[in-house]
Amino acid sequence: MDARVMTPNDLNWPPAGECDSVPYGVFNDPEVFDREMELIYQGPTWNFLGLAAEVPNAGDYKATFIGDIPVVVTRDNDGQIYAWENRCAHRGALVVRDNCGSSDGSHTCVYHQWSFNNQGDLIGVPFRRGLGGNGGMPDDFDMQDYPLRKIRVEDYNGAVFGTFDWDMEDVDTYLGGDSSVNDHVKRIFNRPVKVLGHARQYIDSNWKFYAENTKDPYHASLLHLFHMTFGLYRSSQTGGVRLSNDWNTVLFSESGTDSDESLKETSDAHLRTYQAGDYSLEDMSLLAGRAGEWNDNTTLVILSIMPSLVIQQIQNTLAVRQIVPKNEKEFELVWTYFGYEDDDPELDAIRLKQINLIGPAGMISMEDGESSVICQQAISRSRDARNVLQMGGKTAEDQDHLVTETTIRGFWKKYRELMAY
Amino acid sequence: MSYETLLEVTGLINDYVACIDADELERWPDFFTPQCNYKVIPRENADAGLPVSVMFCDSQGMLKDRIVALRNANVFAPHFYRHLVSNTRITGESDGQIKAQTNYAVFQTLLDGETRIFNVGRYDDTIVRVDGKLLFKEKICVFDTYRIQTLMVTPI
Repeated sequence: MDARVMTPNDLNWPPAGECDSVPYGVFNDPEVFDREMELIYQGPTWNFLGLAAEVPNAGDYKATFIGDIPVVVTRDNDGQIYAWENRCAHRGALVVRDNCGSSDGSHTCVYHQWSFNNQGDLIGVPFRRGLGGNGGMPDDFDMQDYPLRKIRVEDYNGAVFGTFDWDMEDVDTYLGGDSSVNDHVKRIFNRPVKVLGHARQYIDSNWKFYAENTKDPYHASLLHLFHMTFGLYRSSQTGGVRLSNDWNTVLFSESGTDSDESLKETSDAHLRTYQAGDYSLEDMSLLAGRAGEWNDNTTLVILSIMPSLVIQQIQNTLAVRQIVPKNEKEFELVWTYFGYEDDDPELDAIRLKQINLIGPAGMISMEDGESSVICQQAISRSRDARNVLQMGGKTAEDQDHLVTETTIRGFWKKYRELMAY
Repeated sequence: MSYETLLEVTGLINDYVACIDADELERWPDFFTPQCNYKVIPRENADAGLPVSVMFCDSQGMLKDRIVALRNANVFAPHFYRHLVSNTRITGESDGQIKAQTNYAVFQTLLDGETRIFNVGRYDDTIVRVDGKLLFKEKICVFDTYRIQTLMVTPI
């Protein structure tokens, strides 16, 4: 690795071990971004690649990214899922140029038609032995020496993860093994899923502003006014946050569990957001979900599996959101909505209608894109100045309420460790 | 199909986009029948036969709720829309229903004055006549620009 990337970036971190504030330089320095691509995205992390249901049959493939590195996910004839960097072993061109498709088992670079199988091994080089006695590769050229750069893959209950670190622990351990976070992942991926569709958002902010957002229950009832306006969610509701390996986190809440006392406290605080009853939906079918789908009262689960995945259940909507960083001030968010293979038509319809709530045009959640943008705009020249992450304490641990930033502190704790800051 | 029909349909579409561009969004649901179908669907889903739309309203009430949320609940950068529509074709006419396709481009201008191409696509409309007036029974906006910049709150 080059020395430039390996030199820590002279950031104004708080003393080692403290995680309740972060210098803004981590959000706007291209050298920090380069270091993240080395030490996080190509380091000891599991990166979300897609759903197994996106490549259901042998020969199916999907192009995606780990960090800003183009990669391809395939399913081979053995039924297993493979992945490799989408960079021809010859001269570096993209081998796969569409978002998804199905192949006959070979992937041919258009430039010189070098050809690779689903597992990324080189299987064909045109004119390898020359043409009419001219040219050709040297005698010692061996196709086995030129595979695509392979990625270790694990299909975890239908969610596909990849890592460049072949010594990595397995996904189950990464998610905390016998942890609440892992239990929530297994709760959602409890049976085969089907893809309902995609949505993509391009956001002019550093990816970590969004990572913070997905670990931040504090903002939910303050930024997202739709909840309050229509009485869907309040900070006073029963819920909590759990962490595993510090930066894999889950926020969850149950509906209809506000105590009268906590409602009165919220009302008395005269928050601009407390306007329950001011508006009612003309068409209530939007909220007519199906309760108890998972045999519990949980109506909101936001799993933030770093560095690249958010899994959500909000009411009956299910989605994975893949974070694809582009540079220090831009990232893409790729949504894949899903249901279960055994969903009945009524449940299909419920999920499709509730997508109005969650997504790039989601009436509940669209503000998350905006909040990331206005943070990036504000810190254009801030480097040493730090944010404040003290809601609910100064350390990172499980908490049984939602008035907290403990999960964001967990993110930064792990981030500093991986980045060797 | 008559020239008068085409003229009337393009008039409806022009009035529809003028309403949005003038930010008179409270009038927007009036362009639809009470039972209607409004979808804004990414082209990648439409082409793949996947049903997910980013906006999906199956009643005039849901259209109104979108505008109430936009005005009172949602947080977003203030902006203008400018729709350009063209190439309207009547693709079918039967049982009092007119099918039409129209290309559209939506330019979005934020308060800093920069204009971006925000959303480009195609309207697939089903239009009916109610009390002498043309209304959308169905409006499917299939958008090529399937990577949405920041967020989409104002209807297309």
